[in-house]
Amino acid sequence: MQTYDLEANGLSGLNSTLQSQNTETNQTSWEVVNPKGSHAIAVGLDAPIEVTVKGSTGYYCAGMNQQATIRVEGSVGPGVAENMMSGEVIVDGDASQYAGATGHGGLLVIKGNASSRCGISMKGIDIVVHGNIGHMSAFMAQAGNLVVCGDAGDALGDSLYEARLFVRGTVQSLGADCVEKEMRPEHLEVLKDLLDRAGCDAKPEEFRRYGSARQLYNFDVDNTAAY
Amino acid sequence: MDDQIPRTVPIQSATFTNPINAEIRRAAATGIYDIRGGGAKRKVPHFDDLLFLGASVSRYPLEGYRERCDTSVTLGTRFAKNPIHLDIPITIAGMSFGALSGPAKEALGRGASMAGTSTTTGDGGMTPEERGHSSKLVYQYLPSRYGMNPNDLRKADAIEVVVGQGAKPGGGGMLLGQKISDRVAEMRTLPKGIDQRSACRHPDWTGPDDLEIKILELREITNWQVPIYVKVGATRPYYDTALAVKAGADVVVMDGMQGGTAATQDVFIEHVGIPTLACIRPAVQALQDLGVHREVQLVISGGIRTGADVAKAMALGADAVSIGTAAMIAIGDNDPKWEAEYQKLGSTTGAYDDWHEGQDPAGITTQDPKLAARLDPVDAGRRLRNYLKVMTLEAQTIARACGHNHLHNLEPEDLCALTMEAAAMAKVPLAGTDWYPGKGGGY
Ligand SMILES: Cc1cc2nc3c(=O)[nH]c(=O)nc-3n(C[C@H](O)[C@H](O)[C@H](O)COP(=O)(O)O)c2cc1C
Repeated sequence: MQTYDLEANGLSGLNSTLQSQNTETNQTSWEVVNPKGSHAIAVGLDAPIEVTVKGSTGYYCAGMNQQATIRVEGSVGPGVAENMMSGEVIVDGDASQYAGATGHGGLLVIKGNASSRCGISMKGIDIVVHGNIGHMSAFMAQAGNLVVCGDAGDALGDSLYEARLFVRGTVQSLGADCVEKEMRPEHLEVLKDLLDRAGCDAKPEEFRRYGSARQLYNFDVDNTAAY
Repeated sequence: MDDQIPRTVPIQSATFTNPINAEIRRAAATGIYDIRGGGAKRKVPHFDDLLFLGASVSRYPLEGYRERCDTSVTLGTRFAKNPIHLDIPITIAGMSFGALSGPAKEALGRGASMAGTSTTTGDGGMTPEERGHSSKLVYQYLPSRYGMNPNDLRKADAIEVVVGQGAKPGGGGMLLGQKISDRVAEMRTLPKGIDQRSACRHPDWTGPDDLEIKILELREITNWQVPIYVKVGATRPYYDTALAVKAGADVVVMDGMQGGTAATQDVFIEHVGIPTLACIRPAVQALQDLGVHREVQLVISGGIRTGADVAKAMALGADAVSIGTAAMIAIGDNDPKWEAEYQKLGSTTGAYDDWHEGQDPAGITTQDPKLAARLDPVDAGRRLRNYLKVMTLEAQTIARACGHNHLHNLEPEDLCALTMEAAAMAKVPLAGTDWYPGKGGGY
């Protein structure tokens, strides 16, 4: 286990050290102490290493992650795991706005709640939130799965493309072109796998599935109220 | 009897013109606004309204072909470990793969590289062809984040955070179904053939304080190696420039309302934003007020066509300019040789702007492989290089005539204005006077 004191040694030293680890590194386990809400902690990593952040972070923690497993023992500010490509990010506490924004791959797990715009423009990432999510979540979401074990706020999935949304609790309201869809066996399977990987004991059958009605995919003058 | 009474001649309305009436009928028939490519077509005060004074008794000129007039520029000297050195101060603006064909992007890369300048990706990500053929490539970081990938980010020579574009400040992107080919769809993670609307705001930040943190993240991911530009559509140039500087930009790119777009609502193109001429002095003023003029470079775009435009933009304080439309024309867009085909599409040479429909006879703004094959990227690249060289020679000719041994030494004092509007916007005297509107006042 390597320990990095962020307060004593600075952000750029941390990121360049973690970024320089490659697939053959034997320093596979890292601990970051004294994060004190700093922004851009453990961004741009690209190696199968494990990083534990001992406390809460500011914006963009684990941004653009590839391969690494990053755990935050605290809460995270806006844009955690934004544009993640692969790997895993686990947040023990809550997440602020835009969690997992534009993510292309990998798994983001939030043990607490996530604020508004969770999964905005997601492009293939899987996100599992143990608690609730805020308004405008999965706005323009293109691909991937968003699983919410609690409730969802207003305008869920507005202008949704092909991402799949699963919510166990209530949905305050659905956004334009987002509809409830039939839960088929293949969806239950995807959901079960994600819940297992996210360490969540909720049952897939308790969830409802939402997706795109695909009515806004090509312009139609009769839809102008929705634009 | 009747034919002795003088009749009123038919008078066309200056308000309800034929083009306006045609648009009303088109809107009534279809129920959708007009979407098109290109920039503002209306006449606005522009560089044509400025003149250079040239040398006289009080200033002596430099000898053409004998005395050097340098043209190089370095972008990104503020924070980046590896600023970009360009031989000429004319760069190729961001135009997306998707809007443009693969061969067109390749041609831009080839031409720019031969001329010693940079080219820029666009909404839709970086293609290997483009990276391969561009010796200096700027990677756009856009609200849609289509194809956004940290590996590509690290391959870039600079990063351009796009806040807005001159053609549509405050607007998002648009790529209609016809152009979402398999490859474009895959790069953008979208179903084929759908109308793709891209967001107008970044998904994970709003406002200058967030932007500062976003720039920090991008720098951390790229190890502070490459310059970070911030591109804005010209609206409030003084404040936008000041806020971009505050957020940590190395370079500010300011795009005026004549700036081209691949596809936007006509109402947006013609009615939002301010002319390129009007945005330069306030942007420069902001840089000067913050003590960073020349340390944070200013790149100006929107309607740059000639070496004279380049020289005028630089005389007003820009460090470099960027071209989109002109580069497309140089590689063959709107070429008269396709007139018969433009006619078939209901247009004509010089007016063809239905770039969003993907039927471009010149094979540039299309994803149709047959049309795209009409453009030979090697030949088109050569034409772009020639054009860039000519613009540079023209700008040097003017600079020497004004007695300057570097394009950067051009200054507002070299200029005068032909109209009151241009004098007010550029803050240079009306020709033959020492006065411009607002002289002595602030912004
Ligand atoms: C076909 C086309 C596609 C464009 N695509 C983008 C884009 O993806 N991102 C962007 O920031 N600007 C885009 N622009 C705007 C240019 O980057 C640039 O601001 C503009 O073309 C400059 O004005 P000019 O065309 O008068 O030279 C595009 C312009 C054109 C003509």
